Parts: sequence; C-alpha cells; structure tokens
Amino acid sequence: MSATTSSIVLVIVASFIGSFGAVLLKAGSMRVKNGIRDMIFNPRILLGCVTYVLSSFFFILAIRQGELSFLYPMVALSYVWTLLWSRLFFGEPFTRNKFAGIALILAGVALLNAGRG
Amino acid sequence: MPEALPSGDAAPRAGRGPAAGGSGTLRRRKAIVLVLFCTVLGAAAQLLLKVGSQAVNTASLYAIVWSMATNVPLVSGLALYGLSMVLFVHALRNEQLSLLYPLISLTYIWVTAVSILFLNESVSFWKLAGVVVIVAGVACLGKDPSAA
Repeated sequence: MSATTSSIVLVIVASFIGSFGAVLLKAGSMRVKNGIRDMIFNPRILLGCVTYVLSSFFFILAIRQGELSFLYPMVALSYVWTLLWSRLFFGEPFTRNKFAGIALILAGVALLNAGRG
Repeated sequence: MPEALPSGDAAPRAGRGPAAGGSGTLRRRKAIVLVLFCTVLGAAAQLLLKVGSQAVNTASLYAIVWSMATNVPLVSGLALYGLSMVLFVHALRNEQLSLLYPLISLTYIWVTAVSILFLNESVSFWKLAGVVVIVAGVACLGKDPSAA
C-alpha cells in the first residue's frame, strides 16, 4: 500500500487550503505599491502566509504515513483549485492550455491512484 | 505544499520581455539556473519534511503543534521550502512565466527520485506514469500565450 486513504484526504485538504494562500497573496500583491515594508505589513499577504503554514500542517500529517513519491505529486491538485479561484475571483480567462494542464494533472493523479494497492 | 500562484502575478513584469534590459540572454540564463536551484531546494525540503514527519506526536492537537515546532528536520524543511518560493518569485521578475513554469515542475521528478533512492520507496509503472503526466500538465499551464 503506497498510502492510506486518510493520507490522501489530508493531501487534498492541504492542496485546497494552499490554493487560498495563492489567492490571498495575489489579492495582497495587487494592493502593494512600493517597497518591502508595504508587502510585509499587508494583511492579505500576511494571511496568505498563514494559510500556507496551515496547508503545510496538513501536508506534514499526510506524509507521516505513506510514500512521499505517491503523495507529493498529488499536491499538483492545488493548481486545479488555483485556476478555479483565478477565474472566479480575478476573472482570469480559461484557456486551452489551462484546460489541457488541468486534464493532464487530473489524469496523472488518477494514474497514481490506479497503482495503489 | 502548494506552489500554484494565479498566473497574473508574474505577467506584468514578464510583459516587458527578456530583451528589455540589454543583456537578455545572460539574465535569462541566470533566471533558469536560479529556478533549477529552486527545484533542487524544493526536493531537499520534501525529503526533510518526510524525515521530520516521522517524529510528529499525534496524541493531541497541542502535541502535534509542539512536536512539529520543535522538530529540526521539519523546521529546516519548511525554511528551505520558503526560501525556494522566494527565489522562484525573484526569478519570475526577470523572466517569462511560460519559460520558468515548466522548469519548476522538475521538482516532481527530483522528489520521486530521492524517495526511491533515499527512502526506499517502491517503483511502479503507475507511479512513474502518473508523475510524468502531472509534470506535463504543470508544464502546460505555463505555456499560456495570453500570459506573454
């Protein structure tokens, strides 16, 4: 067994939480005018960093049991969530390449899971 | 450990094009080397996290947090991961997203390699095929003509 179901669920939770970290960093970065101080004290960027730490917390619990070579590639699911939020919150368009990328990532995760057992 | 940033982050600066600064080729080469270094750092970070995760005490929420915060491999792994992210964002300032994004997906290859070599994890057709397809998918995301 390359990983337990609970490890897989924890990685998916971590990737989901982490995708909000990216959204918060983006939202913060749009308000940063100039200088490193502006960035460090931006509440959205700070919250984004906290979100990443929270995501790492779940990821560490996930890889405690199970294979890293099986669980780490599933982190790529965060790209799928991030593209959804980019479209939803920032109006970034879906392109053919993004669709292809999402399809390949989902297919890759399916392949990994097909070999589980 | 998420690396995905909304594509708009790097696009404004990348829009200048690599030739804007005169020594475009050198700058591009530096950015590529920096990102390759990031992928190695990222893989080392994962190895440290995996090693450190074995010592996490899950008796209670307090025990989990305390055993994580006082865990040297874990904290080092997180620091390396943070460093690789900062360097990646720095590299993005000087080079187009479409060039660097496919490179960052090399991290998946390194992590698979170190897991098999140093953690004695199993090798299977499904695992290798899954990683290759995921790498192709992440590389695809960077190849976005609208971001250039």
